[in-house]
Amino acid sequence: MNNIDLLINFSYVVSAALFIFGLKLLSSPETARKGNMISAMGMLLAIVMVLFSSGLDYKWIFLGLAIGGSIGVFSAKKVEMTSMPEMVAIFNGFGGGASLLLAWFEYLSRYYGAQSPPLFTAMVMPLSIFIGGLTFSGSLIAYGKLSGKIPGRPYLFKGQQTLNIAVVFAVTLPAVLFVWNPAAGHPWLLAVIAVALVFGILTVIPIGGADMPVVISLLNSYSGLAACAAGFVIQNNILIVAGSLVGASGLILTNIMCKAMNRSLSNVLFSGFGSDSGTTSGGEQQGEVEPISAEDAYYIFEAAHSVVFVPGYGLAAAQAQHQVREFGELLEENGTEVQYAIHPVAGRMPGHMNVLLSEANVPYDQLVEMEDINSIIDSVDVAVVIGANDVVNPAAINDESSPIYGMPIIEVHRAKTVIVLKRSMRPGFAGVENALFYGENTRMLFGDSRETITALINEFKE
Amino acid sequence: MTAVFLTFVLLLSIFLGFEIISKVPSTLHTPLMSGANAISGITLIGAISSFQLDQTTAGVILGTAAVAMAAINVFGGYLVTDRMLSMFRKKDADDK
Repeated sequence: MNNIDLLINFSYVVSAALFIFGLKLLSSPETARKGNMISAMGMLLAIVMVLFSSGLDYKWIFLGLAIGGSIGVFSAKKVEMTSMPEMVAIFNGFGGGASLLLAWFEYLSRYYGAQSPPLFTAMVMPLSIFIGGLTFSGSLIAYGKLSGKIPGRPYLFKGQQTLNIAVVFAVTLPAVLFVWNPAAGHPWLLAVIAVALVFGILTVIPIGGADMPVVISLLNSYSGLAACAAGFVIQNNILIVAGSLVGASGLILTNIMCKAMNRSLSNVLFSGFGSDSGTTSGGEQQGEVEPISAEDAYYIFEAAHSVVFVPGYGLAAAQAQHQVREFGELLEENGTEVQYAIHPVAGRMPGHMNVLLSEANVPYDQLVEMEDINSIIDSVDVAVVIGANDVVNPAAINDESSPIYGMPIIEVHRAKTVIVLKRSMRPGFAGVENALFYGENTRMLFGDSRETITALINEFKE
Repeated sequence: MTAVFLTFVLLLSIFLGFEIISKVPSTLHTPLMSGANAISGITLIGAISSFQLDQTTAGVILGTAAVAMAAINVFGGYLVTDRMLSMFRKKDADDK
């Protein structure tokens, strides 16, 4: 290792420290933006330093940087906050794809028809290509489902799991043959790529729209692991450090999402939950639904000391964030304490509702987590459920026969009054009846949530 | 020996990752994910460092595509995360 390479490698240590420090600052919304900048500084440092390596073919590197950079900048400026899940999904795919390409490129330019790589390198090469490939094609499917380009419903067929297992075994054959004689193993490497791409599609296609938060978290993790594996191929520490940080992050989020839905990861991946299996449980609901008009709701709000909004994806779908924020501000001017309680799986990806509400100018100190609101929910005067259903269904606590039993919920039924904004009586993703709507302290405010809230705002202004 | 050394690095970074990232509040999980997208673009460093002169045509195509794809993640990921985080505001800071 000559001096310049030594210097480059030392700068990677600094970059790694900056990534870690940047992620550490992400522990509070106050410092998060600075953290992201610091992380970006780490990346910039690494990019600048690596360009000093000897013998690089700059024209192609800069061409790639220009193409990728402009696509990246353009999409970052353009994307709507409601579409963040799609963007993260496709970026997961690019991460995986880049790692696949890097491993393939490394093979072609250094080992193909030449000297065989060390055994360890030969072994991680197909691994890197496999993880990268499945992340790439799986993410494209996830992107298609999230953006509505392919139907979100799960595709299930007989023998799906058997097929998946068969595919995993199928990949070991070309991988082993490749490791046997890497210098002549290009066709086997191509076979690994093909199987990986097919496997990615097969893994994501059976998963329903409601489970997408889990899937993009998992693919997020894979994209990191792919970078990690590529780091092993080219024996580069910074790829391993950064990749494993991403891998760990995705795994933590996957775990949080699964817990919030009270399901195991294998259940999410293989059961096709969210299909129209029509699981209605618990027989007939007792009690009456009590509708309420916007005008009557106004009197309840006016007298309330504390109001908690419980938003679900329906809020974002109706584009009602801004109206809700305006209504919340009017309530505050009226002396009411306003909070927003957010369930971990509300929205299409982890933390999505928080971003949408922040975009609508809701201050983050008003956004409260599920556990925190549940401990004070008894003293809340009015809980307003907007476009959420399963995450407030009391059956998760008291009906053992319910398919969502055991899932942690925001226990709005314990609030003094619950007002549910809802288009119709249609059940949620899980297809489960919601006893909340029949509760004695529940009032149903039917209609498009955006129009309903506008009506409430007008009541207040009069 | 390199393999052992690299695996050490892997193991320690995974533990470190779990430690830091479990402290990220759920409010920031979306920026965390897009920030993770940006960091996973680290493959860019690998792609550049391997892009030596005298590539075959196939090599040029694969290498340039790898650089481009990773660059999308790096640039797009950091910028969109910054855009998102700039929207998070505290209550009193903005009450004029």
